Amino acid sequence: MRSSNRKALLGLTLFLILFPVVAMNVTAIGHYLDIMIFVGIYCLINMGLSLLMGYAGQISLGHAAFFGLGAYTSGILCTKFSMSPWLAMVAGVGITGLVAYIVGVPSLKLKGHYLAMATLGFGVIVQIFFNEEVSLTGGPSGFSDIPGLSILGFSLDNDLCYYILVWFLVLLTLIFSLNVIHSRIGRALRSLHDSEVAADAMGVETSRYKIIIFVLSGVYASIAGSLYTHYVGFLSPSSFDFFLSIKLVMMVVVGGMHNIWGALLGTWLLTFLGYEWLHVFRDFDILVYGAILLGVVMFLPDGLVALVPRMSRVWKRG
Amino acid sequence: MNTESSPVFLHVENLEKSFGGVQALKGLSFKVPQGIIKAIIGPNGAGKTTLFNVITGILPPNGGAIALNGISIEGRKAREIARLGVSRTFQNVEVFGRMTVLENVMVGRHIQSRAGIISTGFRLPGMRREERQIRENAMQHLTFVGLENRATELAGNLPLGEQKLLEVARALATDPKMLLLDEPAGGLNTRETEGLAALIHRILEQGITVVLVEHDMNLVMDISDEIMVMNFGEKIAEGKPKQIKNDPLVIEAYLGEEVDYSDL
Repeated sequence: MRSSNRKALLGLTLFLILFPVVAMNVTAIGHYLDIMIFVGIYCLINMGLSLLMGYAGQISLGHAAFFGLGAYTSGILCTKFSMSPWLAMVAGVGITGLVAYIVGVPSLKLKGHYLAMATLGFGVIVQIFFNEEVSLTGGPSGFSDIPGLSILGFSLDNDLCYYILVWFLVLLTLIFSLNVIHSRIGRALRSLHDSEVAADAMGVETSRYKIIIFVLSGVYASIAGSLYTHYVGFLSPSSFDFFLSIKLVMMVVVGGMHNIWGALLGTWLLTFLGYEWLHVFRDFDILVYGAILLGVVMFLPDGLVALVPRMSRVWKRG
Repeated sequence: MNTESSPVFLHVENLEKSFGGVQALKGLSFKVPQGIIKAIIGPNGAGKTTLFNVITGILPPNGGAIALNGISIEGRKAREIARLGVSRTFQNVEVFGRMTVLENVMVGRHIQSRAGIISTGFRLPGMRREERQIRENAMQHLTFVGLENRATELAGNLPLGEQKLLEVARALATDPKMLLLDEPAGGLNTRETEGLAALIHRILEQGITVVLVEHDMNLVMDISDEIMVMNFGEKIAEGKPKQIKNDPLVIEAYLGEEVDYSDL
């Protein structure tokens, strides 16, 4: 692994260790631990989205659907079929991966806006399925009483345990993703982003890698969905709607889609804004999101993560 | 080199390609013997780059046959043809601009490596060994074209001449049997062009057949074993440089009368 990545990984780990210590001892931000769990869950999805958008150069406006498929598979299998949550999570990965493959093969032949439309349509279809298949999904009102997770009989019911679980998985996924990025597969992906015709001529199986990454990002989203289900204990279709898909893409773009660290940064920032810092704007928060997105796209096309090297330069000159 | 005695490596027969109403290739036939340098020349729009795109599988032909060492390849996908040992550079340079110079060449090693998503994600030992080999091999090819000092720079930041060399290194990294160079000297200065001529000879010494499309007539006459002249999608002449220089059809196609090679 590259030294810059190693340093960033070390920094992130330290932050993650210190965060609960601080949050649990300062009453005003005691509930931040809860928000950080959601940040972690969205980070899982967005790392996949970052691989897809920033590295494979494909867009998806339907990732909330993969998130939802994982969540519903876990929820349904655990409540209606009393399956073990971990087994259900694996089943979710299998089902979502298969769906991603079936959706990906035809739609990844499309480009740009057409691909965006196709994935958007897929998201809407899944949303309709959640709403209409009442006997299975509980319809628009959803269903509750989904059991929590436990490891070897030890319940992960409290926030700190869940925080550790979620972020442990985020770190594993991050390392996995970084390894993929700095390998022949990552190079193949980045190459077809820069020049598809040259990548083709070098023998890179462009369509194959697009599909692999699409499936991988679906799998990440599915794991995130299962974690979400067992944390919230309640599911309804509105948690996986089109606006979530948009928000996920926005997080990746604001953070910087050509860098997986950007996805983490954008997710962290926009999740905290959404849950915590934009309450003063009430229903007008969407305007603030819009302004942030516009600002980033106009002035920082590589996202907020592009500020990091600039800041470190200023710091060194200091 | 005595070209008649070498076995034919590339055999193109009656190749047709049209774009809408425009026929870019009209029943083109030619052969490239193994181990020679063959130049394809002709005015702009003659169909030279289209020919390269069809041979490398970037465009499908409308008719005709292409065979590599007797294996028919017409209509196959670019990545399959790359695996059969054909690599190329591009007229409008197509380096991977946001990747480093070394990484560009490492992409060239793609078809010579095999690690999958699981073994790369978990960095299994086999993948690490392969990655080391990819890196060493890519570095050797960078050294071969003289770009070893640029390895860590972003490819997009290199000047045009070096981007062209980088494309050659990247193409060589695929271990090709035949290398197609599309206007390798375009945009190069005199000194760079001389370096290029030497480089092409060194590539030939490695047993790689070279086919190039080029406008620099001095370079073409200097390095080619055989020249094919195209105009309006057809072959109008073919032969050794000396024969081509004196061919009245060629002279007519270029200037309508007497030809001054330094101006072409």
